[in-house]
Amino acid sequence: MLGLNSKDKTLFLIVLALTMFAPFLLNPFPEGSELAQFNAGYPDLMQRFVIFGIFAIGFNILFGLTGYLSFGHAAFLGVGSYAGVWMLKLLTMNVVPAIIVSVIFAGLFSAVVGYISLRRSGIYFSILTLAFAQMSFALAYSVLTPITNGETGLQLALNDPRILDFDAADGSLPATNFFGIEMRDGFELALGPWLFTFNFGYYLCAIIMLIAFYISIRIFRSPFGLMLRAVKTNQQRLRFTGKNPKPHTLAAFIISGMYAGLAGGLMVAMDPLAGAERMQWTASGEVVLMTILGGAGTLIGPVLGAGVIKYFENIFSKINDNVLYNWFSFLPDGMQDAFVFMIHPFIGKGWHLTLGIMFMLVVIFLPGGVVEGGQRLRQLFSRRGGSDSAGGASSAKAHPAE
Amino acid sequence: MGILEVKGVNKRFGGLKALDEVNINVEAGAVHAIIGPNGAGKSTLLNCLVGRLEPDTGTVDFDGSSLLNLQPHEINQLGVSRVFQTPEIFSDLDLLENVMIPTLARRDGPFKLDAWSRVDHLSEVRERAEELLQDVGLFEKREMVASSLSRGDKRRLELAMCLVQDPKLLLLDEPTAGMSRADTNNTIDLLKKIGERGITKIVIEHDMHVVFSLANKISVMAQGTVIAEGKPEDIKGDPRVQEAYLGGAHL
Repeated sequence: MLGLNSKDKTLFLIVLALTMFAPFLLNPFPEGSELAQFNAGYPDLMQRFVIFGIFAIGFNILFGLTGYLSFGHAAFLGVGSYAGVWMLKLLTMNVVPAIIVSVIFAGLFSAVVGYISLRRSGIYFSILTLAFAQMSFALAYSVLTPITNGETGLQLALNDPRILDFDAADGSLPATNFFGIEMRDGFELALGPWLFTFNFGYYLCAIIMLIAFYISIRIFRSPFGLMLRAVKTNQQRLRFTGKNPKPHTLAAFIISGMYAGLAGGLMVAMDPLAGAERMQWTASGEVVLMTILGGAGTLIGPVLGAGVIKYFENIFSKINDNVLYNWFSFLPDGMQDAFVFMIHPFIGKGWHLTLGIMFMLVVIFLPGGVVEGGQRLRQLFSRRGGSDSAGGASSAKAHPAE
Repeated sequence: MGILEVKGVNKRFGGLKALDEVNINVEAGAVHAIIGPNGAGKSTLLNCLVGRLEPDTGTVDFDGSSLLNLQPHEINQLGVSRVFQTPEIFSDLDLLENVMIPTLARRDGPFKLDAWSRVDHLSEVRERAEELLQDVGLFEKREMVASSLSRGDKRRLELAMCLVQDPKLLLLDEPTAGMSRADTNNTIDLLKKIGERGITKIVIEHDMHVVFSLANKISVMAQGTVIAEGKPEDIKGDPRVQEAYLGGAHL
């Protein structure tokens, strides 16, 4: 089934289960309870998990396999977003053309950027991609205002042509849909004190992410993927082996650009709005963080990294001082203030600080990211179980596989 | 007519004349050693053969076609493989993958976007790679990561990577540099074994022991030119060679 080896199949089925049951898994705390604020099972955030998962999976095909570190991938996401909104404005509110056109435009744009940037490698390549992304941002923000609507951002309007949609406008903006199923729709399931939300938009994104993940597994295991890993470890040898590294890296660059475009297209399919800030260098940096945090060069790492960062961004940033006072209310007054004072910088707007510290700890102690952490835990576990030799021997080779 | 003909090659680096009217004719099936003191231009010449450097003037013809203005991968695809002074291998990959890459390069050419088939299903490529790992005695280590090999084993691996391509011409740049006596002897034995396949070889070497146990023709270079050429016996006795190479001492 699927044409995967047994290990990859297991991995794929785990991701399949995680995404399909995400509404349950992300809402482990009963509604109204003290811990409910740690629930992440609301549509907007779940969509972001899988969309950024796609972005990071694609980025990992370039960075994880070839080692070329692009600092400009947000530009492709941005191009995809703008192209998607234009399709929603001009053609139809059905998200399918929007998503397809996003991927195509991002692919074309990344072919141009990649062709030029890949003339250099290492830090110069990174700087070139960064320069391209910042130029794109600046263009989107000001010069190309007729196309991008500048700092306001591109959004739907009542008088958009939408030549394929016939139903007369009733004075409100139509919703994005997938052949009639509205993306914002869904249903809720109450089980005792728990409330689970199933959103159609999320499931569309999740299915597309699964396809994207499957394609990335195939690329990792293919001769093309092997050549990309060869590019990373020794380009000189590859050249003297009769392979031309350049078209390989360019193809990887375009594929990862298309993944970014797909992510951008899905963003506007969920929320039809595209702003220039989506292309800014911080956004490009974020996907680098996701990939490294999860484990560059591993299959599942980028998805985990995207999840961790988006969780922090949305959940930790919600915790404010009032919540803290509540938590420490059992302490005497002075101690309570002291604790809140100590934790205050790490929560709310300070979530970046928490993330930064976590990132440093991971890079220093777990260079292989969250995935390496998992591998070490498993080794520890299997050693306790008594099957020491098996875990130790396979660990050396486990890195590129997982 | 030789399989490789180098005619009137010059190469300058600024004011330094690295190669000065070099003519070398390598016959098919020969093991042709190029020796000479440091700075004689041996490595520069080799780099001109594989597309790493472009000669200022002169011609380099291989098997009837010119190698000038070709990229390294294009020259390799014509049937020229190279072993480097420091073994160049894919250190992060395992040995089997290391040998499968050149096998695929020979099968698919310089670029093929084959992103859907599975490497572990390419049994022909795998068997071919395993066969070569057998030949160089690394089959048992095929699942090890290449960076964990000893220097001598890395050299064996690199040789397997070159030989798997069935090259017409194999260039060896100091194949025993930095090796222990035992490793050197092992490498000589291995190269002799390869010799039975009839691959033309060019060996650049400092170690006279290696040169005289392998080569059947020797070109001696000094200060960018070929000062003597001939069979090992003749070269051994040539006074000009002893002068240039050893400052008059006897070989």
